[in-house]
Amino acid sequence: MRIVVDLNRCQGYGQCVYLAHEVFRLSGQEALTYEPNPDEEQRLHVERAAAACPVQAIVLDRLDGTEGSTTP
Amino acid sequence: MTLPATVAELVREFRASGRIVIVGASLAGLRAAEALREAGFTGSLTVIGDEPYEPYDRPPLSKQVLKGWVAADHTKLPRMREVDAEWRLGVAATGLDRAAKQVCLADGERVPYDRLLIATGTRARQWPNAAEAALHGVHTIRSREDAAALQKELAASPSRVLVIGAGFIGSEVASVCRELGLPVTVVERGAAPLVGALGGVIGEIAAQLQRDHGVDLRCGLGVSSLEGDSGGHVRQARLSDGSTVDADVVVASLGSIRNVEWLEGSGLASGFWGLGCDAGGRAFDINGVVTDSVYVAGDVARAPHVLYEYQFLAMEHWDNAVLGAEVAAHNMVNLEPRYRPHLLLPGFWSGQFGVNIKSVGVPPFGDEIVFTQGSVAERRFAAAYGRRGRIVAAVAFDHGKWLEYYGQLIERSGPFPPPPPGWDQPSDSKPMPAEFPARGAPGAAPDVVLTGHDPSERTAEFRPRRR
Ligand SMILES: Cc1cc2nc3c(=O)[nH]c(=O)nc-3n(C[C@H](O)[C@H](O)[C@H](O)COP(=O)(O)OP(=O)(O)OC[C@H]3O[C@@H](n4cnc5c(N)ncnc54)[C@H](O)[C@@H]3O)c2cc1C
Ligand code: SF4
Repeated sequence: MRIVVDLNRCQGYGQCVYLAHEVFRLSGQEALTYEPNPDEEQRLHVERAAAACPVQAIVLDRLDGTEGSTTP
Repeated sequence: MTLPATVAELVREFRASGRIVIVGASLAGLRAAEALREAGFTGSLTVIGDEPYEPYDRPPLSKQVLKGWVAADHTKLPRMREVDAEWRLGVAATGLDRAAKQVCLADGERVPYDRLLIATGTRARQWPNAAEAALHGVHTIRSREDAAALQKELAASPSRVLVIGAGFIGSEVASVCRELGLPVTVVERGAAPLVGALGGVIGEIAAQLQRDHGVDLRCGLGVSSLEGDSGGHVRQARLSDGSTVDADVVVASLGSIRNVEWLEGSGLASGFWGLGCDAGGRAFDINGVVTDSVYVAGDVARAPHVLYEYQFLAMEHWDNAVLGAEVAAHNMVNLEPRYRPHLLLPGFWSGQFGVNIKSVGVPPFGDEIVFTQGSVAERRFAAAYGRRGRIVAAVAFDHGKWLEYYGQLIERSGPFPPPPPGWDQPSDSKPMPAEFPARGAPGAAPDVVLTGHDPSERTAEFRPRRR
């Protein structure tokens, strides 16, 4: 799957890290880093993280799994 | 029919069956294509990009990709919606014929358009000596191949990495090297890291941060030459003070060059700082007259900003590409009075040495700085930049959640020094000079560039080119 985090918005509290620790990591106190194209098996965790993000900084692909996601 | 009815009819027809071409298939190009469809454009859409890949995100390249956590081909951008475009990937646009309204491609084809969006971004400035730049082990980072190649060499435990230039990207590379346990030397011509973007006061803090993490930081020095071994692999660098540094990986992070060469002869206002446009993304021609059919967004654009005395800002920032693309796309398929301005308050983030550095506004527009929150000693603080008694920008080290407070003050042209946020005040909060280098001085190329509009610059910018 594909995600992008709007790091201008992100407040670095790390709720996403707690919910999907294989995809999101904090480097130091509040610098968030993440895997932009995680494995499909992470989907549930990532969706929970996106829903829990207090500033809605996690953007999910809206075409994932459809034809359009693979054609550039 | 009355004139308004005719014009409205034209716009309806254009939306239904017009031809839009986007040149540049990266962040700005993709988001513009999506926004055009979102706005109801059902005509033909062609996206031309010289990279052979579908759009991917660049910020992770100098961070989690270099570190080896994320694969270089794992930064593909998520899609916001179906775009139903013809993607011409792996082929560069080489010219623009505005009279015929055609984009010329490297393979000889000409692609006609009714409206064109230019989103060709920037590229990395290469090490100026071509023979030295061609040595194995000498790198720049802009594309995913660049990142993959450098990551591979970092993973092979080089004896030392030399980073030339301590802007954001160079500093991030140095940070990754230290996280990987690699010895790293950073050579910066300016007085400190990040001085162009954040000034000398913050630069000094960034310098200390690097040294505390074991970076061999050498400021006020240049690299005069790179030397290779008999196998053509870089081994040593000679610095401007005559000293040498042994290194088998060299990363030149010397800033960027706008991809405008293909616009030569098109009569558009393109130059060193990018392609000039109005705050709605409509490109200027060389006479400063706004065009009706050419738009520009992202790193390659420069537009006047009301908050900064209408100076033309060129912003090499992620959010500028996203929002600029959305605004340009909206304006491409709408008419006055529905035009939208791109009046983004610039924002930036950078993760390095475990610290989250963020800014809002345009720091180099300020000449004074005041620490407003937190503690410099603990490297958790916020500081505001001011000019003539008003706040123009703010920076935070591990204090990102406060930037919104400063952002709102900046948007309202709030006073400088700003009213204290009532929490977490440092003991010493007296304004002091922010110490930005004079224009043209070493290290004076910040990420948000005030390209100004004084007469000398105007001449340079608009001088017709001789062939
Ligand atoms: C390593 C790195 C780290 C970064 N980190 C951050 C960060 O932490 N925070 C932040 O805010 N920003 C960061 N940025 C900046 C951010 O990535 C850019 O602002 C953003 O990519 C701009 O998008 P764009 O679409 O305008 O331009 P680009 O991404 O440069 O895309 C332009 C595209 O057009 C193509 N092109 C150029 N000329 C032609 C031609 N003649 N014909 C066809 N195609 C052409 C290019 O190959 C490219 O694919 C970083 C950039 C890099 C390189
Ligand atoms: S939950 Fe949202 S705000 Fe918090 S760290 Fe994750 S992305 Fe950032």
